[in-house]
Amino acid sequence: MNKSTSNRIVVLGVLAFLMVASGCKKKQPAPPPPPPPKAVSATLSANPTSIEAGQSSTLTWSTENATDVALDGNKVDPSGSQTVSPTQTTTYHLTAKGAAGTQEATAQVSVTPRATPTPTPAPTPTVTDDQLFAQMVKDIYFDYDKADLRPDAQQALAQAAQVIKQKGWKVQIEGNCDDRGSTEYNLALGERRADSAKQALIRNGIGADALKTISYGKEKPQCTEQNEDCWQKNRRDHFSLLH
Amino acid sequence: MVKEKRIGTGKSSLLLLGVMLLGSFLTAAAQDRIKIELNMGQERPRLAVPDFKAANSDPQTAPLNTVFNQVLWNDLDNAGIFDMVAKSFYPSQTPGQPTELQAKAWGDPPPNAGVLTFGNLGVNNGKVDVQGWLYDVKNPGAPQILGKQYKEDATPDMARTIAHRFADEIIARLGSGIAGIAESQIYFVSTRSGNKEIWSMDYDGANQKQITKLGSIALSPRISPDGSRLAFSGLTKDSWQIMMYSLELGRTVAFPRNAGDNFSPAWASDGTKIAFASTIHSGLSEIFVADANGAGARRLSTGKGDVSPVFNPKTNGQIAWVSGRTGLPQIYVMDADGSNVQRMTDQGYAVSPAWSPNGLLLAFAWVRNYGPGVLGGSDIYLMDIASRQIIQLTHDGGRNDFPSWSPDGRHIVFQSNRTGNEQIWSVLADGTHLQQLTRQGRNSQPNWSFK
Repeated sequence: MNKSTSNRIVVLGVLAFLMVASGCKKKQPAPPPPPPPKAVSATLSANPTSIEAGQSSTLTWSTENATDVALDGNKVDPSGSQTVSPTQTTTYHLTAKGAAGTQEATAQVSVTPRATPTPTPAPTPTVTDDQLFAQMVKDIYFDYDKADLRPDAQQALAQAAQVIKQKGWKVQIEGNCDDRGSTEYNLALGERRADSAKQALIRNGIGADALKTISYGKEKPQCTEQNEDCWQKNRRDHFSLLH
Repeated sequence: MVKEKRIGTGKSSLLLLGVMLLGSFLTAAAQDRIKIELNMGQERPRLAVPDFKAANSDPQTAPLNTVFNQVLWNDLDNAGIFDMVAKSFYPSQTPGQPTELQAKAWGDPPPNAGVLTFGNLGVNNGKVDVQGWLYDVKNPGAPQILGKQYKEDATPDMARTIAHRFADEIIARLGSGIAGIAESQIYFVSTRSGNKEIWSMDYDGANQKQITKLGSIALSPRISPDGSRLAFSGLTKDSWQIMMYSLELGRTVAFPRNAGDNFSPAWASDGTKIAFASTIHSGLSEIFVADANGAGARRLSTGKGDVSPVFNPKTNGQIAWVSGRTGLPQIYVMDADGSNVQRMTDQGYAVSPAWSPNGLLLAFAWVRNYGPGVLGGSDIYLMDIASRQIIQLTHDGGRNDFPSWSPDGRHIVFQSNRTGNEQIWSVLADGTHLQQLTRQGRNSQPNWSFK
């Protein structure tokens, strides 16, 4: 008991000394101002950032030196997380107020429409212009020693013209003949076949300067058999995309 | 009068047709030598061509003499103006020079020769020496018509060349003064390098050589009248262009490009102009003419698929060409300024006109009775331009196309697929002496040199 009493005295003595000592400094200028309020910071993130309608995403935020934190106007804890299920693409706003000011943070959750019950369509393949051209601008065929367009060729060219115009393509039209005619005359005939297609494309709104013609006569056959199937395959305009 | 005489010499119905037609030409052009040649009939000189004798025993003499004798015989036989005496009728003793000649043995039956050529060949120090004579064996007083001597490097090529030159001398003397063609060349398209390139060969099919190395497609060779330049159609990266190959420089030389496609060139016989088909104006091919260097191109025809121009080589005042303006291709003729257009054929599928050196005939390829189900039979025909009379030259099936006249106007070279694939053939303008000149690869579009 005695021992503890003496200890207290020592403590008090020290305190008294400190008080005296501090009293001596009172003559100094005013104490330094309190440190400026620390900057407010805020972060907000969504995970995942992209959902399908009906799914949910978790918003996570954190702040520093904020006294008043709100998510889209609703007061929340300075740091925390919340699950959301927006039905359309939504941007969330976090507002953090503190002594030093206000800081905002945003996070977007993208929403894609919910898949229909039917099977999900295959993702659109990335086609090159060459592939698209080959799909949309097909060979057209001619009758023996003729250069006028058959109805099917006219229809095909009208459709091809839409794509050609839309894509701004430049096209080479290549006239070809079967191998029964004479070499030189077939060059002339191939020019007429190429020109027939050119004029049809022009009528369908393509500029003449986007179209170039060439005749290969019977020099570039698709096949060499001596029958009507093969001859028909060779009596054609082929189209090439000019780069 | 002349006509009746010709009919009198006719031997077959075909010949009779030709003779009647050719007789009609004579009324229009009585001095024309081609007509006389084609109608020589029994008047053709009966020519004996015994092998030349070996002049020495040099090891090269015998092989070169063999080449020489073969080429000389073929040249004289091909000329079409001689009645060649079969070798089986020859006397056992053949002369190597005039002192050894027993003229009577040749002039009497069985050889019954009118003219005889003979001589000798020997190789000395790497040179081949040839002496050759042409004798009229029925004129003992002054028998010698010709005596020639040649000396060249001792190679098979030169033995061949000497034979060609000697044959041409004989043909010029006995063939109404028209120069022989034994040294002429034929240019053509061949696939044998893997793609279509221009090749050349001697008129008899020897010495086939590749000329162009374009690497794409070369078509329609046309040799210049002086033989120095070869015009042709070449496929570039983006179009057909007229191209020019210098045979002197051994390479392609500059020739102006035109927009569009340009093909089927043709030389004026004076070498000052080139006609061709071009799409530059309308996108469809039309006939243009330019200076020989390609400058100053101007349009002559307003066509719907005009192609294959050819000048009248006698006057250069007219151009024949092919047009599809009324449907199937037909042959047309116009003045060289584009005026006075005349349609020459009135039916079928008529292409590839070739104008004879005397300016009187057009050779062309014709599917005469074109119609559904009868496609494919294209033959070579000759048309007398003045009368529009026509005779058929080929009768042997297949597709026959691209006739071209020899410089002497007695022969026509053409392409035919009668053997299954396209090859070059030649034939006399009276339809005889048909010969296949090429066998390797596919060969087409022959063009015979101007001389």
